[in-house]
Amino acid sequence: MSTQEISLEELRQRQSRFRGLEAGHRACLGCGQALAARWVLEAAGPDVVVANATGCLEVFTTPWPESAWRVPWLHSLFENTGAVAAGLEAALKVQGKTAKALAFAGDGGTFDIGFQALSGLLEREHDVLYVCYDNEGYMNTGVQRSGSTPHAAATTTSPAGRARLGKRHLKKDILAIIASHHIAYAATASIAYPEDLKRKVRQALLITGPTFLHLHAPCPLGWGHDGSLSVEVARLAVQTGLFPLIEMERGQVIGVMPLRTIRPVADYLKLQGRFGHLFRDDPRAREELEHLQALADHNIEVFNLRADRPDPADSEGADTVRRGRRRF
Amino acid sequence: MRQALEGSQAIAQAVALCRPGVVAAYPITPQTHIVENLAKLVADGKLKCELVSVESEHSAASVVLGAAAAGVRAYTASASQGILLMAEVLYNIAGLRVPVVLTCANRAVSAPLSIWNDHQDSMAVRDSGWIQLYCADNQQAVDTTIQAFRLAETLELPVMVCVDGFVLTHTLEPLDLPEQAQVDAFLPPYRFSRVLDPHHPLTLGTLVSPDDYTEVRYAHHRAMLRALDVIPEVDAAWQQITGRSTGGLIAVEGPEEARVGILTLGSVFGTLADARQLADAPVKLIHLRSFRPFPVAALQRACQGLTELIVLERAFSPGAGGIVGAEARAALMELEHPPRVHNFAVGLGGRDVPLEILERLLAATGSEPTRFAIFDVDLSRLPEEER
Repeated sequence: MSTQEISLEELRQRQSRFRGLEAGHRACLGCGQALAARWVLEAAGPDVVVANATGCLEVFTTPWPESAWRVPWLHSLFENTGAVAAGLEAALKVQGKTAKALAFAGDGGTFDIGFQALSGLLEREHDVLYVCYDNEGYMNTGVQRSGSTPHAAATTTSPAGRARLGKRHLKKDILAIIASHHIAYAATASIAYPEDLKRKVRQALLITGPTFLHLHAPCPLGWGHDGSLSVEVARLAVQTGLFPLIEMERGQVIGVMPLRTIRPVADYLKLQGRFGHLFRDDPRAREELEHLQALADHNIEVFNLRADRPDPADSEGADTVRRGRRRF
Repeated sequence: MRQALEGSQAIAQAVALCRPGVVAAYPITPQTHIVENLAKLVADGKLKCELVSVESEHSAASVVLGAAAAGVRAYTASASQGILLMAEVLYNIAGLRVPVVLTCANRAVSAPLSIWNDHQDSMAVRDSGWIQLYCADNQQAVDTTIQAFRLAETLELPVMVCVDGFVLTHTLEPLDLPEQAQVDAFLPPYRFSRVLDPHHPLTLGTLVSPDDYTEVRYAHHRAMLRALDVIPEVDAAWQQITGRSTGGLIAVEGPEEARVGILTLGSVFGTLADARQLADAPVKLIHLRSFRPFPVAALQRACQGLTELIVLERAFSPGAGGIVGAEARAALMELEHPPRVHNFAVGLGGRDVPLEILERLLAATGSEPTRFAIFDVDLSRLPEEER
């Protein structure tokens, strides 16, 4: 293998869309995280340095001696991504470099084991964009529950059985915790709304200081849906109100993506094997369904998600081609 | 210029002379004075660097890892629980072959909680793949700190400078701080061959299958063994500039014809040297400056002609015995006439190591060799059933 030196400007011209994460990596079919990371880097461009937590994204992109990354990229450990990114940023700053430090981690590396390093990163106001790719569980180790796994979802460590109906606890409200650090910008995004996602990355990168992007990225393997449905499932999470798309400045909500059609949570849940037990003929299952609907309704009220006008960033339907009675 | 400085302050000054780009640390006794002094130098505008006051030692080590990989000289310091919390990152830094320097202000490990000096902390991470250099006094702490950066950056290996907590870090000693020009002549600007740069994107920290893992470990081991040559070279280069040597791998003091030797690490060496002079005892004192890499050949040379070797260490492996003792014994087995090895732990958790210890140690060599014992244990302090 030989490498060739070209300027960043030249690279930008060669690729109308910058591909920081190349094709040919080993992600599963329909991996939400792979799609998300590609779009994040497409929006961020090549002048970045990435610190990546241990997890699927790290494993499927870098089986030695191959790498799918076209940006400088460092994987250290699982729980220290916030701190490694802080070190990158400190070094870039001392050298007077323009490159932006990015931190990539999954929900386990963000909500749970990497939480302390993330909080330190935000508190010390490092100029880092932290992207949490949330697939709601420890998927790399075989689908275990995390602090981000939604209530009632079945995982290998919160299985559904006769006595239990999946995870007993609620999904941690990470954005509220991020908000209480009063950072300049934090947002949620979804792979179902790529233009919105990319706009939020660009918005975050305009800011000097810590910014946070919470990115909902379905995992077909862990969620139990067909790989071709990843975008559909992600879109339903938004449309049901379970994963509202919002933006925050200094901890205050400054924008939400309004929902044109609000869908019942059952539409989202029934596509996924991890919620299959909620559709049994069982009064407790019905109760859990009602509970999840109530959580979605709560989000819709709290964030005022009901649309009275179309949102310019709402690309719903724009990526769907209809031929005959089938959607592509 | 010769001046009286507290060990921590001297180490901080030495670090500043090396012009680090990033310093990250979390407070822990007895390391705190080092970082406080660095913070003051930054606050006074005497040191231009990013000082990152992190929320844990795990993050301190992670910050310096990221900083060194992104192209600047990086430094941290810790001790005891902090070293153990860092342990995961220490292995990671070493495996990634990133050159950072860490001062370990050696302290006992809890429980029972003790803030005082022994070597259990650095010994606990002896297999992490870091170079470990021990300092007998504060002049050595200064000189070793500066040498550590050159060593680390030459070999692309991290270096841990082990300095006895309180005994050295909190003690005033007269010492020579080098001039900035001397350090600049000795230490070239920071260079890392795999620096993270958007113009030459590299992937660091990949997943390695069984096909290559063994080879990566082999390369790491080779680099550590290469340090056996580089450590004396770097010490010699420093001596050329300052006239001072820290002994390279191993420092030996005392008559060549001595039959009894004492091998030790850290400040106990100074105590024994004083005791030897006072008693005019015919003893060869051997300071194991480099514990990792372990200098087998140099130790064998230093022990030629000895009939008795006392190995004195400030840590041990419960249920097994001495750590340095076991390694020294293994190294000396290869000699045609190996000395008898007497292995003792002393000074655990800050227990004083008095001058009289030399006499008592020498008396112990008269009997059968002690495989391992805690030398200064006072059984009267224990309940009957635990003695």
